[in-house]
Amino acid sequence: MKAVVLENIVKTYTTKKSIIKAVDDVSFSVEEGEIFGLIGPDGSGKTSIFRILTTLLLADKGNARVLGYDVVKDWKVIRSIIGYMPGRFSLYQDLTVEENLEFFATIFNTTIQENYNLISDIYKQLEPFKTRRAGKLSGGMKQKLALSCALIHKPKILFLDEPTTGVDPVSRKEFWEMLKRLKAQGISIIVSTPYMDEAKLCDRIALMQNGKIMKIDLPQNIVNEFGKNLYAVHSENMFTLLNDLRAYPQTENCFAFGENHHLTMKEDDPNKLNDYLKSTGHNNFTISKIEPGIEDCFMQLMK
Amino acid sequence: MRTLIFLLRKEFLQIFRNKLILRIIFVMPIMQLILLPFAANYEMKNILLSIVDKDHSEYSRKLINEFTSTGYFKLTNVSSSYDKALKVIEDDKADLIIEIPQGFERDLIRDNQTKIMISANAINGQTSGLAVSYSNAIIRDFNNDVRTEWIQQPRLNPQPIVEITSSNWFNPKMNYKYFIVPGVLALLVTLVGFILTSLNIVKEKEAGTIEQLNVSPIKKYQFILGKLIPFWVLGMFVLSLGFAVSFIVYGIFPEGSFIIGYLFAGIYLIAILGFGLLTSTFAETQQQAMFIAYFFMMIFVLLGGLFAPIENMPDWAQYLTYVNPVRYLIEVMRMLVLKGSGFWDLRYYFLIVSAFALFFNGLAILNYRKTT
Repeated sequence: MKAVVLENIVKTYTTKKSIIKAVDDVSFSVEEGEIFGLIGPDGSGKTSIFRILTTLLLADKGNARVLGYDVVKDWKVIRSIIGYMPGRFSLYQDLTVEENLEFFATIFNTTIQENYNLISDIYKQLEPFKTRRAGKLSGGMKQKLALSCALIHKPKILFLDEPTTGVDPVSRKEFWEMLKRLKAQGISIIVSTPYMDEAKLCDRIALMQNGKIMKIDLPQNIVNEFGKNLYAVHSENMFTLLNDLRAYPQTENCFAFGENHHLTMKEDDPNKLNDYLKSTGHNNFTISKIEPGIEDCFMQLMK
Repeated sequence: MRTLIFLLRKEFLQIFRNKLILRIIFVMPIMQLILLPFAANYEMKNILLSIVDKDHSEYSRKLINEFTSTGYFKLTNVSSSYDKALKVIEDDKADLIIEIPQGFERDLIRDNQTKIMISANAINGQTSGLAVSYSNAIIRDFNNDVRTEWIQQPRLNPQPIVEITSSNWFNPKMNYKYFIVPGVLALLVTLVGFILTSLNIVKEKEAGTIEQLNVSPIKKYQFILGKLIPFWVLGMFVLSLGFAVSFIVYGIFPEGSFIIGYLFAGIYLIAILGFGLLTSTFAETQQQAMFIAYFFMMIFVLLGGLFAPIENMPDWAQYLTYVNPVRYLIEVMRMLVLKGSGFWDLRYYFLIVSAFALFFNGLAILNYRKTT
């Protein structure tokens, strides 16, 4: 059985002035026991998909099933088998770590002891602070607590909406390691993130933009399908370099990317580019061929 | 059941952890019950009086004496002309001018009649009305005194005189505190029940925790009961505290039975909590909820009959008070505390608040959705 199936899901929000298609005819499915990533910038429709799958939002069109249960008809069943961690920290800030966990265990008719083994890894790090109020925890700790709370009733499938946004790099890395361990226990995980570097940590990813899915594949396949040579160009004056590169007739695509500019060319000839840059008066520039990342693929697809 | 108990436990935990709210719940009833009844004083005292005495006779002095000896008036100014006295009113140093014309005593003795003029500052209509009617009473007394002094009463009065004596039932001394205190208590119970409930649920919306509850298998009735019961308990607590304060400070002990009082307040609280719940289903932020709550509280208070008697209101306003639940609690409180009304006397009130309770809660439950 598939963990999640979406068929032609459409969700529009109507405001006074305009109609926004948050989710535009999206179909995909997630296998059981995989980590599936929804990758896309803010406003690409990730949260709406999460809310539809967690039965909090009704889609305008299409149907969706979670572990074979229909999100509209069987919402009651779905609610007891899923764990949902919303993008915004939404636990009781005035309750302590332990009280929060106990509360969420109880409303799912279970106890901390019953499923302790599932969260022990994560909760062990929180235990020294268990009498601290949730509002007083650090960002990373809050996420760990939220994950513990989402896991405490032993869900079969976990929905994590931007779990690492605003979390420091070390905590992010730890968080993803936890997800790997949860996956090993047979829990299917659907996670969304705006961070492209996290994409390669997923088993499969869907690249989203403006409510549409641009591509679904293994992260490696998406990278392999890039199909062009990618060059990182660096010089002393990066701003004029970007303008010059974009003015270069052979340039297909050029983006500022960290300390380099990433470039693909129609006629793949770095030597000609070398000459061109010399002629525009750039000194000490370097052109090096690099492996494309997910973000490069995303930029290419967005065009 | 376990879930409900846990929801309640969590709610109380949060209430007791919110030290400020907790203090306000304790301090508010005590402070308001002690301060408000003294401030909302209907008895007029210290009406500032300005006298324009153009006669300077024995009788004019006697009349002035009558005024100052009542204790209601305080002579603050003596002016030589009406214009000067008017200036004093303009400066807010006097509320009332009494002008005694030249020849006051002479006319009184010679013609058996004379005139004086009373002018009142009517910016506060209530004050001026009362001041004028007090003055009328004083001048009437003065009149009678003069007549008894001069005229030997015949054995049989040529004209029949009807003398009016009045007695004030249920509040013989017309102690306004007996009247105000039960009303303030009714408002306090409303405030706690209505505002705290609506804010509490909206707070869950703001914090996003309501989403977490929504994706959980908890039932709608569990959630709603989990929210209503804590504030019902708080409301009843405030009521008890209020009864205690009114007994200790004012010596007010309800004439009627406590059981009826608590029973009525209990049903009333269910109604008002339902209204709070309904408010919270509309508001997305605590700011919105607070504003909605304020809007209704103002109407509840002004159309509740606490300060302005409902009987004095224009017809349309009187009709509005019928849909004001606070009105019924204030009335029942007064009837219970002053009159000692029993269940049978209050049966319609019980019916009405029960209807309110069903209506508000029904609407709130219909309007509360776990999905958007």
